[in-house]
Amino acid sequence: MSENGNAYSERYTLNLGPQHPSTHGVLRIVADFDGETCISADPVIGYLHRGMEKLLESRTYPQGLPYTDRLDYLAGVNNNLPLALAVEKLLGVEIPERASLLRMLTCEIMRLASYMVGIGIYIMDLGAVSGVFYPFQQREYALEVMSALCGARMTQGYIRFGGVQADWNDEAEAALDVLYKELPPFIEMYHKLIDENEIFLRRTKGVGVITAERAKSYALTGPNLRASGVDYDLRRDAPYCLYDRFTIKVPVQQAGDCHARYAQRMLEVEEILKLIKAIHAALKETEPGKIMGAVPKMLRPPAGEAYAQTENPKGIMGCLVASDGKGVNPLRVHFRRPSFDNIAIFSELMPGHKVADLIAIIASFDIVLGEIDG
Amino acid sequence: MALKTNIRFPQRGGMPEGDPANTHDLLTQEELESRGILFTSLDKLFRWGAGWSLWPLQFGLACCAIEMICTTQSRFDMSRFGYEVFRNSPRQADVMIVAGTITEKMRPAVELLYHQMPEPKWVIAIGSCAISGGPFVDSYSVVAGADKVVPVDVYVPGCPPRPEAIIDGMLQLKAKLSHPERKQVVRDDK
Ligand code: SF4
Repeated sequence: MSENGNAYSERYTLNLGPQHPSTHGVLRIVADFDGETCISADPVIGYLHRGMEKLLESRTYPQGLPYTDRLDYLAGVNNNLPLALAVEKLLGVEIPERASLLRMLTCEIMRLASYMVGIGIYIMDLGAVSGVFYPFQQREYALEVMSALCGARMTQGYIRFGGVQADWNDEAEAALDVLYKELPPFIEMYHKLIDENEIFLRRTKGVGVITAERAKSYALTGPNLRASGVDYDLRRDAPYCLYDRFTIKVPVQQAGDCHARYAQRMLEVEEILKLIKAIHAALKETEPGKIMGAVPKMLRPPAGEAYAQTENPKGIMGCLVASDGKGVNPLRVHFRRPSFDNIAIFSELMPGHKVADLIAIIASFDIVLGEIDG
Repeated sequence: MALKTNIRFPQRGGMPEGDPANTHDLLTQEELESRGILFTSLDKLFRWGAGWSLWPLQFGLACCAIEMICTTQSRFDMSRFGYEVFRNSPRQADVMIVAGTITEKMRPAVELLYHQMPEPKWVIAIGSCAISGGPFVDSYSVVAGADKVVPVDVYVPGCPPRPEAIIDGMLQLKAKLSHPERKQVVRDDK
């Protein structure tokens, strides 16, 4: 008999990753099991550590911007934004209204694309392989807009210091119309496909429960925090860009389990679509052409520090930039990377769960390794 | 290729007058093939088959892996070419797609995975990181290219390359497979 009263159980260590299909990249988890039950789990990170913050110190400001795309590579534009906002704070430049709206519009589009990957891969990790095809198709519609707008599908580097790279065009307009047409039927269909699914419910309900207290003490952010019942969204509570102009409804779930994290993302997708429509309408009312503020050719921000944070698909992304006022390189750049902070709870959350539940927990967090390792 | 074979075409009625088969001459490979007789070596047959059914190792490193996943999804649909059978175990795979940045910490794992794959095996390096270290080449923790770790057959440039480019890379590998005598497979579409 073992400690937990199970007959014939055996203690062993299970190594998951760094090459494992359900660790979303190169995350490694070393877990100890007693029979089927996890007794301890340690995430081992650093397999994708590219030393980005250090590299940025040896790049000029504009050279550094595309690197941020490679942090959370599922939503490139969203990562550009905190660095751009922080440097613009130092420089003290005015951003034209149209550029701000374009920033918000592209951020919301990429947020949608990122959620689609998060939901699709989650369902696939739980065993429903066909569940991944539908969200990825929607993601393609979103990427098509970006591709028409700036020419790149994934790592766009669309946001520049002082504005954005390209103005809205007819091709992007047409691609966005396709998205408007395709997304609502998809949401309805996906709810039908997944919500009542017996296997999905059994594998996610009551698994990996995080209370609101715990979520706050571990500094969870983003949909993972809101799925635990904490009503907090930077876009509404500490608006940046022009988010204060729009009414943003923030859905909240109370259960805090793996199922709530799925339901949370699905609800947010609907809100994102509404927000995209609202921003798009506001964009149409502005004059085309003015998409860059008055930024000097050589960026040499005055000495000082600036911090900016944004609500990213994975949580709150922050960026601290320090300048010595002399060089064209930043003195120090630091990112608060939401996925990195989110996985800290794994070692506390996983013990007590079964082997298969670990996969559900990892998948429900929608982590991205570029961001964890930096 | 005017290689003489010692296969004699069977004498039957209906053969045109003056046909080499009627005069018991030896036939060339082309003549046989024009009569519907496939003449091949086992090796060639194997390479033809392998070229249409490469099984990649499901193994993503960084951003480029997402485009690799997109390539397998319904829009770009790699399975049109028979390459969608992504294997989770290196023991069952014959192509390693290095999609992303290899870091010093990941290097031993990549090497081990390569050695775990059974022969014959091929490697495709996707993205500038896997080609040369890409934007991170001067970082303290990044390996400057997959060919520092494993022998690479096909390089697909881009950061990340579009799914069309990844499919093209797989097709280049197929071309390399069917023409092993060529040192470098050059594109003929100008
Ligand atoms: S080549 Fe570019 S997109 Fe690909 S892994 Fe490297 S940084 Fe990411």
